[in-house]
Amino acid sequence: MTAAISIEGLEVVFDRFRALKGVSLEVKEGESYGLVGESGSGKSTLLRAVTGLAPAASGTIAINGKTLGKNRDKPFYREVQMVFQDPYGSLHPRQTVDRLLQEPLAIHGIADGEKRIERALDEVGLGNGFRFRYAHQLSGGQRQRVAIARALILEPSILLLDEPTSALDASVQAEVLNLLEEVRRRRKLTFLMVSHDLAIITHMCERLMVMQNGEAVETLTASQLIGHRVGADYTRNLLRASEGFVRTA
Amino acid sequence: MSDTLLEVDDLRVTFPTRTGLVQAVRGVSFSLGRERLGIVGESGSGKSQTGRAIMGLTPPQAEVSAKKLAFDGIDLLSISPRQRRALRGNRVAMILQDPKYSLDPVMTIGRQIVETLRTHEKVSKAEARERALAMLQAVQIRDPARVFDLYPHEVSGGMGQRAMIAMMLITGPELMIADEPTSALDVTVQLDVLKILDKLVAERGMGLIFISHDLRLVSSFCDRVVVMYAGKVVEQIKASELRDARHPYTRGLLNCMPRIGFERHPLPVLDRKPEWAA
Repeated sequence: MTAAISIEGLEVVFDRFRALKGVSLEVKEGESYGLVGESGSGKSTLLRAVTGLAPAASGTIAINGKTLGKNRDKPFYREVQMVFQDPYGSLHPRQTVDRLLQEPLAIHGIADGEKRIERALDEVGLGNGFRFRYAHQLSGGQRQRVAIARALILEPSILLLDEPTSALDASVQAEVLNLLEEVRRRRKLTFLMVSHDLAIITHMCERLMVMQNGEAVETLTASQLIGHRVGADYTRNLLRASEGFVRTA
Repeated sequence: MSDTLLEVDDLRVTFPTRTGLVQAVRGVSFSLGRERLGIVGESGSGKSQTGRAIMGLTPPQAEVSAKKLAFDGIDLLSISPRQRRALRGNRVAMILQDPKYSLDPVMTIGRQIVETLRTHEKVSKAEARERALAMLQAVQIRDPARVFDLYPHEVSGGMGQRAMIAMMLITGPELMIADEPTSALDVTVQLDVLKILDKLVAERGMGLIFISHDLRLVSSFCDRVVVMYAGKVVEQIKASELRDARHPYTRGLLNCMPRIGFERHPLPVLDRKPEWAA
């Protein structure tokens, strides 16, 4: 079986700064894979390199067995879609939800737009009533639902999720995580999800990679992490941090 | 009680909108000694507006009213703006959520800290610089002299937030309001910043109001927690007794976060009841 996402020795360099230092990973079809690390660890850069938003200096990225070149073509974006961290920044402020959802359809020349928009909004739990609203008329959770609908409307098989809930309240986060799990189950999607929160990653993903300073620290399964069977000190620190604040002394 | 630092009784903040008056805060009451008080709620629950009203940073079009809003016996609602300014940043300080937006982007970090200090105290430039450097050291910035001359965009989020804490603590305030001080930071950095805040608050015997949407974080950090929903306090509880929280909203907030080692699919979500807001 070919892997959905296969990355070999990926390097990303900004000027002289090496944001990714030869990272390799493999995500199986239908799997949910997590990337954990603090800011600057290169986890978001990895996602951006896959979508072509960050330039790969060397290494290869293959999607469903097909190695990607320098530029991404349209079929690529029908397979791979991304949901960004900040729903306040990733939706066009002067476009209605309807217009936002039409954009990818227009780009890819898909005819049955009307139906697809209705279905996409339905799928993310926003009724048709939201269709002609602007982003500023929506709450943070609703915006992220629109962003997920926009990603799903092209019926991709792979979803890249860059901290999809970190801008949301804890209570709304639960709703969005549930929604993501549900669409994954229904559509048999492959997830590559970035978060700095270990609890979210273990909740959502079967396997995960811990990253630091542009390098992979270790690869774990969720059950290894839950059982605290981790190899690296860095991961242990992250685990401790996720248990919340403990007063010393 | 003589060591009551802050008294809030029936605080209301009302915003005029095109569709009429909106009460963001509807009758909030609590008192604070030299302790750590957490205010928890979702976006729109009025927790930030409560903090801002105490600080005197409510937007001018909004109206603040209260039966009592007193800091150290000073009635905050009747004093002049000038007296209020003398308090703000000096005896009452506030840490905001995101250092990217709340630090001045065109001023170096050092200058901003020095500015705060020299606004409230008569100190020479050289002494102000010394104290700013010492303060940066106190918030565990490794190379204070270098960070002093950096602009906010040149530092990481955690560093920016430490700089902000330094700026707020340099005047030695008695009451600190921290509005989501760590929400924009990484988990590991979050703990560092909280540790610094905790240590400085304890050392200086400050009162702290910690505003956050993360109930579990707040309960591990504070002595007491006020839970707000739709502008009202739905529950006040000791952090150590949070497990016995009675209000369904508090329990919902406590429950909805994924936790390592507790498999729950799907996650429980809040079932909001209209009567909570009544």
